[in-house]
Amino acid sequence: MSQLLDVKGLEASYGPTKVLHGLDFSLEHGGVTTILGANGAGKTTTLRAISGMVTRKGTIQLEGTELAALQTADITRKGIAHVPEGRGTFVRMSAEDNLRLGAYSRSDKAGIAEDVERVYGYFPILKQRRNQQAGTLSGGEAQMLAVGRALMLRPRLLLLDEPSFGLAPLIVQELFEILKRINAEEGVSMLLVEQNASLALELADHAYLLETGNIVISGTSESILENETVRRSYLGY
Amino acid sequence: MDLFLQQLLTGLANGAIYACLALAVVMIYQAIDHFNFAQGEMAMFSTYICWAMIAGGVPYWIAFFATIVVSFIGGLAIERIIFKPLHNAPVLSHIVVFIGLVAIFNSFAGAIWDHNIKTFPSPFPEGSFGGLIGLHEVGMFFVTLLLLFAIFCFFRFTRVGMAMQAAAANPDSAGLVGIRVGWMLALGWGLAAAIGAVAGMMIAPIVFLEPNMMLGILLYGFAAAIVGGISSPGGAVAGGFLVGIIENMAGTYIPAIGSELKLTVALILIVTVLLFKPNGLFGKTIVTRV
Repeated sequence: MSQLLDVKGLEASYGPTKVLHGLDFSLEHGGVTTILGANGAGKTTTLRAISGMVTRKGTIQLEGTELAALQTADITRKGIAHVPEGRGTFVRMSAEDNLRLGAYSRSDKAGIAEDVERVYGYFPILKQRRNQQAGTLSGGEAQMLAVGRALMLRPRLLLLDEPSFGLAPLIVQELFEILKRINAEEGVSMLLVEQNASLALELADHAYLLETGNIVISGTSESILENETVRRSYLGY
Repeated sequence: MDLFLQQLLTGLANGAIYACLALAVVMIYQAIDHFNFAQGEMAMFSTYICWAMIAGGVPYWIAFFATIVVSFIGGLAIERIIFKPLHNAPVLSHIVVFIGLVAIFNSFAGAIWDHNIKTFPSPFPEGSFGGLIGLHEVGMFFVTLLLLFAIFCFFRFTRVGMAMQAAAANPDSAGLVGIRVGWMLALGWGLAAAIGAVAGMMIAPIVFLEPNMMLGILLYGFAAAIVGGISSPGGAVAGGFLVGIIENMAGTYIPAIGSELKLTVALILIVTVLLFKPNGLFGKTIVTRV
């Protein structure tokens, strides 16, 4: 079976500073893959490179379609929804308008209305907050809104950049359970970037470990969990 | 009392002028987050295009709508040709380009159509409303309100209007939901130029057509936009009328101001509002969590 996303020789740089030094990785259909690594390893940049938000080199193929030459908006339209670091909601707009903007590239009105309700099904709190300015939501609610907005694209691949960042442990648990459900019920593939390695490995089936812009270890979550280096440096036991 | 009513109505009439231009200013601000100093000169140039068409025998309303279309395309082209390459340049570079545009439009208008003052026709019948306010001013008042209503509907109810706001507020996120941010900017320029054209064609019958016609008025337009709240089209219109009335009242009732220092009133208003209510009287306060 061919892969959903196939990345080869991915390099990315901010100005003269190269951050990724030729990454090779692939994502399976319907799977959850996580990229682990310390601060500054290039996790966020990897996601931004896939979405075309940084200068990049290499090949990025989504089911055989080359993405490396496309602009962000067009990559999104191919079915890759990116939940950015810091959530990136439209703070002055209502929660529901945020969701509707998530479906901006779609034109099936009935389907969009249906999907708004579907998102409210996953995140009931958003329904209560539907008319509230997104900027007034709590951190957890804002993260749910960001995920909900991404789902409105009906994505094939969901890129998640530190969804647990700054959230209370209980909220994180709730959020990850919903992510697991979304993956299981809708078959949306996910690429998850996390500082919290044990949390990420619980959700993911595959993992890559990134160190200063290079992939150093890769494998199934189970094998990574048993890896001495990972355990000592990233899981802390 | 008669004098008061007279001044109030004159203020409203002037206010309609400022409100019209303030709408164009707000429109571009929504899209690019800056004031466009060339807004007035662009509107003036559009008005000349309309004047040339009418002088060439084109009926008023055809010329009116053709000018709006031409201005829209012109605005779009300015963004695509001049501002797109400057996308990552600092704000100051943009301001320099704005000033450059002012000079370019001003001198081209003078070179093509000379500097003599020209009369510009009004689409509304001659005469006055109760001897107090001209029918053109009344017509303009309603055109401004109509324009405001159209802008409101555009931003509130259309998909593209929402996308434009999103692209201005958070370009990164806008790209991530599939909005082509560059084209949204261009669209904002096009719409602002089109609204400016309407303003110019409404204002020209009152102040007469010449390359410098917008110089003072743009300042009032900025004052209106700031007083009303730069983020809100409705506020800009209200601000326009407010500035018109305050300016007229101050000129009439405060002897020290008279008609010479009227423009100063607009500047004082700008400074006062920015000092005490930076979001304007009707601007949306951005709620942030602490």
